[in-house]
Amino acid sequence: MSALPIIGVWLGALALNTWLSRFGTRVTRLAVALIFGATILILWEMIVRIYAVPPVILPAPSQIGASFAANTAILWTDFVQTIIKGALTGWLIGAAAAIATAIAIDRSPFLQRGLLPIGNFVAALPIVGIAPILVMWFGFDWQSKAAVVVVMVFFPILVNMVAGLAATDPMQRDLMATWAAPYGASLWKLRLPTAMPFLFNGLKITTTLALIGAIVAEFFGSPTRGMGFRISTAVGRLDLPLVWAEILVAAVAGSLFYGIVALIEKKVTFWHPSQRPQRG
Amino acid sequence: MTEKTAPWRPGGISLSFGCVLPILSVLLAIIVIWYLAAVWMNATWVRDQAARADAVLTAGDLIRQTLTLDRPVLPAPHQVAAGLWDGVAGQAVTSRRSLVWHGWVTLSATLAGFAIGTAAGILLAVGIVHNRAMDQSVMPWAVASQTVPILAIAPMVIVVMASAGITGLLPKAVIAAWLSFFPVLVGMVKGLRTPDALQLDQMRSWSASPAQVFWRLRLPSSLPYLFASLKVAIAAALVGTIVGELPAGATAGLGARLLSGSYYGQTVQIWAALFAAAILAACLVMLIGWIERLTLTRMGLAR
Repeated sequence: MSALPIIGVWLGALALNTWLSRFGTRVTRLAVALIFGATILILWEMIVRIYAVPPVILPAPSQIGASFAANTAILWTDFVQTIIKGALTGWLIGAAAAIATAIAIDRSPFLQRGLLPIGNFVAALPIVGIAPILVMWFGFDWQSKAAVVVVMVFFPILVNMVAGLAATDPMQRDLMATWAAPYGASLWKLRLPTAMPFLFNGLKITTTLALIGAIVAEFFGSPTRGMGFRISTAVGRLDLPLVWAEILVAAVAGSLFYGIVALIEKKVTFWHPSQRPQRG
Repeated sequence: MTEKTAPWRPGGISLSFGCVLPILSVLLAIIVIWYLAAVWMNATWVRDQAARADAVLTAGDLIRQTLTLDRPVLPAPHQVAAGLWDGVAGQAVTSRRSLVWHGWVTLSATLAGFAIGTAAGILLAVGIVHNRAMDQSVMPWAVASQTVPILAIAPMVIVVMASAGITGLLPKAVIAAWLSFFPVLVGMVKGLRTPDALQLDQMRSWSASPAQVFWRLRLPSSLPYLFASLKVAIAAALVGTIVGELPAGATAGLGARLLSGSYYGQTVQIWAALFAAAILAACLVMLIGWIERLTLTRMGLAR
């Protein structure tokens, strides 16, 4: 009998969404997605309460929220340590290095033919595994985390940037040659702008990688703060609400990071067909 | 968040003959730099030892000693190769020191998780394509979830399942499945949607049933997308398994090997485990690439 309210809420939300999804306007689409998310949360809360699931297995959303509110100071230090110092610094350095490398090897087809397959290959490898080595080299603090992030984001961005620099068509390059444009001018005015959509694709892919690298590297040793440190120690103390609060922070930070990069992309590549406002 | 430029495909290796020389020279350059770095990074330790023993080091001595240290800061390539060879061929396959054994522990969990995640992803994608309510409910969350570092939940899954009495292969497979689920779902939805209105109209004019439209049009045209996301998914599944082996208590698997190496300062062991993981990932991605080529060639879809 205790399952009846759960099934009731589920069927009600399902019926509501089925009805709403027939309209297909922007507002109803948003509403459908939000209702789905809210339903999951409500069902989660109901299941935990009705069946008295112990919080060491699965804490209820309300418990997670309470833990979040009670530990904002801890969560903020962890956020600064892992996301700002570790992930963001590493991502910026890695992206700058990858862009610089791509431009440096731009004039050498030989190097490109050699580096691209290797870059593609390395991008598929479990690079996180390099974390214990870099923690040994750079110490326990954020520098080693940033180093892991640099290595993780370097190759995806490099591969995308090289592909982007090669994306001009012969007609455009001929036009630059007709105007007697020197290498620098055609790079700056034609090929870098053309490469931007590719570059931002790489930058967006790597936002998640940067967070993963920074968090996982902390499992191999860290000072007594940081999201990875907190997750592994709180799991050890079976303080699951705090773990979930950290995961919530990681999720929000990941979405924000991606969103900010996507926003910058919109400003920079406003001319690209995919960014123009769609009509109809 | 629509995909407009997607040149990045992990493992999208196309080897043509003109590439061999450049690749070899880049590899050679990497090895040379590696040796130089090994000498440079290990030199401090060797000099300290020599100063303590009041010995005079010639340049030759210095180089020889930096490349043969027991616990170097950076092991030289031949030391890693020796460690890898010893781990793969020098030990009995059932031994705890054998990389084959550890690799198999990791591989089995990866494959189990990959199979579960892929099956779930494909099933949900089929549901999403055929049900508008499901599409509008699930898809925004599935796409948004790709910006979330899901890997962070790995230690929690391991510990929670261990406290519920479940250990061994299953918790790691759950993480691997979770990580391979989303790329397959997103890729498969995109693939199943590739048939355009013209093709769907054609099927209608042949009065094809929904099942026929699915099996003869939608599924075949989704395969290139499926294989592309399978390659991403298996790499993610392997990373998930390795990270799942990190929390304390795990004694088997390449991740545990990495962790114990970092505890005891056994750098050669870390590098050997790392290379074993890299070779495993490369083999898995190439295996899928091979199946992809075989399937698409038989279907006449190969480029």
